[in-house]
Amino acid sequence: MAERSFAKEVQTLRLGEGEEFHGEGILAVTKALLQSGVAYVGGYQGAPVSHLMDVLADAQSILEELGVHFEASASEATAAAMLSASINYPLRGAVTWKSTVGTNVASDALANLASSGVKGGALIILGEDYGEGASIMQERTHAFAMKSQMWLLDPRPQLPAITRMVEKAFELSEASNTPVMLMLRIRACHVYGRFFTRNNRKPSFSAADALAAPSRDYSRIILPPSTYAQEKEKIEKRLPAAIRFIAETGLNELIDGERRAETQAIGIVLQGGLYNNTLRAMELLGCADTFGNSSIPLYVLNATYPLVPAEWVQFCSGKRAVLIVEEGQPEFIEQAATQILHQHDLSTRIVGKEVLPRFGEYTVDALRKGIGAFIDQWAAQLAAGSKAAVPARKPAVSAEAAAKLAALVPARPSGLCTGCPERPFFAAMKILQKETGPLHISADIGCHSFATLPPFNMGNSIMGYGLGAAGASAFGTDGGKRAVSIMGDGGFWHNGLTSGIGNAVFNKHDDLTVIIDNGYAAATGGQDIPSSRAANEHRQGNNSIVDAVKGVGVKWVRRTHTYDMQGTLKLLREALSTPFRGPKVIVADGECMLNRQRRVKPLMRKAIKEGQRVVRERFGVDPDTCTGDHSCIRLSGCPSLTVKENPDPLRTDPVAHVDNSCVGCGVCGEVAHAAVLCPSFYRAELVYNPSRWDRFANAVRSAVIGSLQRRSERNRLRYAL
Amino acid sequence: MAERPIKLTIAALGGQGGGVLADWLIEIAEAEGYIAQSTSVPGVAQRTGATIYYLEFFPRTLAEQAGRAPVMALMPVPGDVDCVIASELAEAGRAIQRGLVTPDRTTLIASTHRTYAIAEKSAMGRGAADAEGLTDLVRSQAKRAVLFDMEETAERNHSVISSVLLGALCGAGVLPFRKTNFQETIKKSGIAVATNLAAFEDACQRAQRGDSGFTGKVKSALSQEVPTQARTPVLQPLLERIRRLPAAVQPVVLEGARRTLDYQDPAYADVYLDRVERIAALEARLWADASSYALLQATARSLALWMTFEDTIRVADLKTRGSRFARVQDEIRAEPGQLFGITEFVKPRVEEIAGTMPAGLGTWILGSPRVRRWLANFTAGRQIRTRTLSGFLMLYMLGGLKRWRRGTLRFHEENARIEAWLARMEGLGADNYLVAVELAKAQRLVKGYGETYERGWRNFSTLLEQVDLLAARSDGGTVLARLIEAALADEEGVTLRREISALGAASHPACASECSAQKALMPVSSRPMVS
Repeated sequence: MAERSFAKEVQTLRLGEGEEFHGEGILAVTKALLQSGVAYVGGYQGAPVSHLMDVLADAQSILEELGVHFEASASEATAAAMLSASINYPLRGAVTWKSTVGTNVASDALANLASSGVKGGALIILGEDYGEGASIMQERTHAFAMKSQMWLLDPRPQLPAITRMVEKAFELSEASNTPVMLMLRIRACHVYGRFFTRNNRKPSFSAADALAAPSRDYSRIILPPSTYAQEKEKIEKRLPAAIRFIAETGLNELIDGERRAETQAIGIVLQGGLYNNTLRAMELLGCADTFGNSSIPLYVLNATYPLVPAEWVQFCSGKRAVLIVEEGQPEFIEQAATQILHQHDLSTRIVGKEVLPRFGEYTVDALRKGIGAFIDQWAAQLAAGSKAAVPARKPAVSAEAAAKLAALVPARPSGLCTGCPERPFFAAMKILQKETGPLHISADIGCHSFATLPPFNMGNSIMGYGLGAAGASAFGTDGGKRAVSIMGDGGFWHNGLTSGIGNAVFNKHDDLTVIIDNGYAAATGGQDIPSSRAANEHRQGNNSIVDAVKGVGVKWVRRTHTYDMQGTLKLLREALSTPFRGPKVIVADGECMLNRQRRVKPLMRKAIKEGQRVVRERFGVDPDTCTGDHSCIRLSGCPSLTVKENPDPLRTDPVAHVDNSCVGCGVCGEVAHAAVLCPSFYRAELVYNPSRWDRFANAVRSAVIGSLQRRSERNRLRYAL
Repeated sequence: MAERPIKLTIAALGGQGGGVLADWLIEIAEAEGYIAQSTSVPGVAQRTGATIYYLEFFPRTLAEQAGRAPVMALMPVPGDVDCVIASELAEAGRAIQRGLVTPDRTTLIASTHRTYAIAEKSAMGRGAADAEGLTDLVRSQAKRAVLFDMEETAERNHSVISSVLLGALCGAGVLPFRKTNFQETIKKSGIAVATNLAAFEDACQRAQRGDSGFTGKVKSALSQEVPTQARTPVLQPLLERIRRLPAAVQPVVLEGARRTLDYQDPAYADVYLDRVERIAALEARLWADASSYALLQATARSLALWMTFEDTIRVADLKTRGSRFARVQDEIRAEPGQLFGITEFVKPRVEEIAGTMPAGLGTWILGSPRVRRWLANFTAGRQIRTRTLSGFLMLYMLGGLKRWRRGTLRFHEENARIEAWLARMEGLGADNYLVAVELAKAQRLVKGYGETYERGWRNFSTLLEQVDLLAARSDGGTVLARLIEAALADEEGVTLRREISALGAASHPACASECSAQKALMPVSSRPMVS
């Protein structure tokens, strides 16, 4: 079960002709898929399209009603390969993942798909994880479109535009026999808006139809000589067909602007996805209004690959200069535009990253500065006008305040959640390294990536999802201190089983891989994976990681529970010192606390209500024995373990403090023991609906303890200043 | 200029319910006939990081008149935000840093509570950002600031901070939306409606009342009142001694005397005062012109803490007190009459066991590897249930060993160290006042249990070694203060070593390497108490 439930929201997927949909971008995309008569859907979760997978999973019954097949694919490569169903049959299919990382994983299948070409519309919905909030290296999906000759749509971030583009993408794909990618930036995925819906369409052709009458066409298979013919077809047929479709359907928008000589002398070309922010920047510069009426001509590229040369020539003719608003690097569109204009003997000056940032997200502020500079340089008259309309903007924060803020506002890196089962494991690793000295740790993608941040600060490299063990390959047989790799259960099933574990067996690595088994793809929102233990009527879970590891030939496999820190430490020591040569694997169990709490809390509330005896645990710190060194925090970093002012009038350093968000996971006690820390931690066990024995024992204890406490209190009061 | 959208930013921490608040606001705006848009960048920031939600509202009627939908931005623009809601004080600071709060425009609604960032709370001493400075900036940058502790308001009403933020927003009157629509939205959500409405109402009224006067100042817990009569007459002479000291230091000495009294007995408080008076005399003799009594202040504080070092006996004593049980009950929010147990986590090392023995025996134990090995069998981590009879009696009896404390090994050692420390102060010359003051403050390094204590003592000893060198410098006090900070900069002692080797290099260029390699003066055995 995923972290966020869309059970209520998915009902909007049933909206019919002319009704108004209100909701998140990702949900609107799903609705558009259903309106397009999609036959099958797949994908792999990852921000910013994790919610798309969650929506699809929660919409399973609606999808079934329409006869749409949905899979939570094993990886992006699996999802991409799934699109092969559209090669031979008129089946519309859509897949989704996080880009560019997911596209990297998928690119083998994608390249072959693009070479084969498709009969049914094939759509790839990409969450372009770029700019603020991104969790990956910063690259563009655009390059994939160019190298494989797939088309790339980048719609305006408004629901009517996004949903229209989803529908058009299928048509474009079919008209040009090419898979189409539709990219959505982070904020567009999460934008709340509205659009008018149409009826859902059942797919006209189904997988069953295909299986009943399989069709085979050797020219679609990627072996020579077909591949040479396919390349020719890409360039000679599919590309011109795509350009024709884009132009005829008007996917890109040419907006005239004011019919004045000074405004017509320039123009702005922009990626559709940057439309809203660009228009806001222009509004702030006085050259557009609230409704997007721009005085400067605009050319909005909702299709950013391929470009339509005729539209460029039409837009640029007679203009002194055109600004290209293109986010990220390299500036592919700028380069292509320069070529188009040059070949058409147009002298219009292309301006792009000489006034706009050469890399990084195009925030409204960056756009305002860049467009302002462009106008200043190329339309001085306009510049004067716009400056009169908008008072000169001084920086929002004075230099003096900025300097103070820099010193005052603490950085707030992401970290493991309250009660996270991975915390005790990394605390154990920290203690271990106090004994062994620093180890080479090959980290992985997942919640455990946060161990590279304070307070754990461990991990030497991250090579990609599931590639933790593979990342340590070069150190596998060295014979010196053993390298340690970390891998999550999500990454393990995604590819780590073969790329890391199988590889280590085959190449006789003598290292240690720790597989953190929290039961879910937790970092992306708690989606189920093959080893998830909860019941799921649509998937088969409970597939054992240990069995899989043994199955690829690992002889040294151990299991530990992460909250058993002493046991984990012992195992780690053993793994690093045992004379056994060969890959060692520790599977560290501990269910994701967010998921666990979601499961356990309602049950506990119900039990208490029903009068059953329930014990709830939580931790605390005695402020009078805490001396304010905070070693515990450096070993834990739990959000619920924090500091507060020292109530002791003589002490100045703040004391550790456990706040009310504590879920009583037990790590505080474990850390105090394992690290030989301090006696200040206590665990409180709150009893609900006590039994008669509880009451009796409590009465006896209270009587004895109370009288002893009163006695020592009296003794203390004999001397009071 | 034509009508522009209303722009609102929510600056929150992952998991604080910023998304819920944004959803509520969308609902309210739509009920009021506005076109609403919201965006966010959840991603990894959801995991405890700082995150932003951004909303725009525009009257539907105006859009219909124009025949076009407004184009709304997907992110806040510096200088162009009407209202910022910050769910925490530092996040208000971050919003200002991003330019989202400007004096000509922005109403800032912020909770004044702090959720400390990892760097702040993992510091080895005080690492928290200066709340006073932050509050000053918040006030000076906002057109209007609605500040109060919204977390406290939420807790008081058994609700969540998003309800409080919504109430404060309503009360601040920045949005042209009616209160009934705010309330309706909470009701429609169907979750914890009564408590959420109560929190909303509380916050709404609070915001209407205007400035809470929050300053971020940390009040000292030290009472400034010094009574004329001791509560038990037999201690009157002790009180008189305190009252003969300079008035400025009386509160801290009184607190120190109370602490030593609580720790041991009146005779021990007498020893404390003897030592305080020694330093008072020293300050009067050598530094009569130092009117602030900085040395006496610092020594009185440090000495009291040192003399009440946390041995096993002290910990057991504190853990078994009735006042402690009451505090736990309060902290874990046990309902009146609800049963609860308390489990302690103790892990005594051989050193702690020996430290609690009579000095001779303890020394013998530590000197004998065989005995140490045998005792190590008893050092496993242990959980003691303090509210059971066996657990309580065990700790109670351990606490009762107090009367024999003066004979324990640990006491002997700490006492010797204290004397050596005071002697160091007394050995300083007339022009070393600041060195003496910093030396008095340096006791701050010696704290904690087990390895933490050992590290602290190691650092303190390292500083002691530098005292002669520093006494010869005109800036010795300043340098010593810097070294104390350096000792608190990292656990591994890297910063301290670097500072000291730089010091050596500066004053004795020839022996820089030798000085930096100087072995820390480690005690023969250190006896911190651990569990």
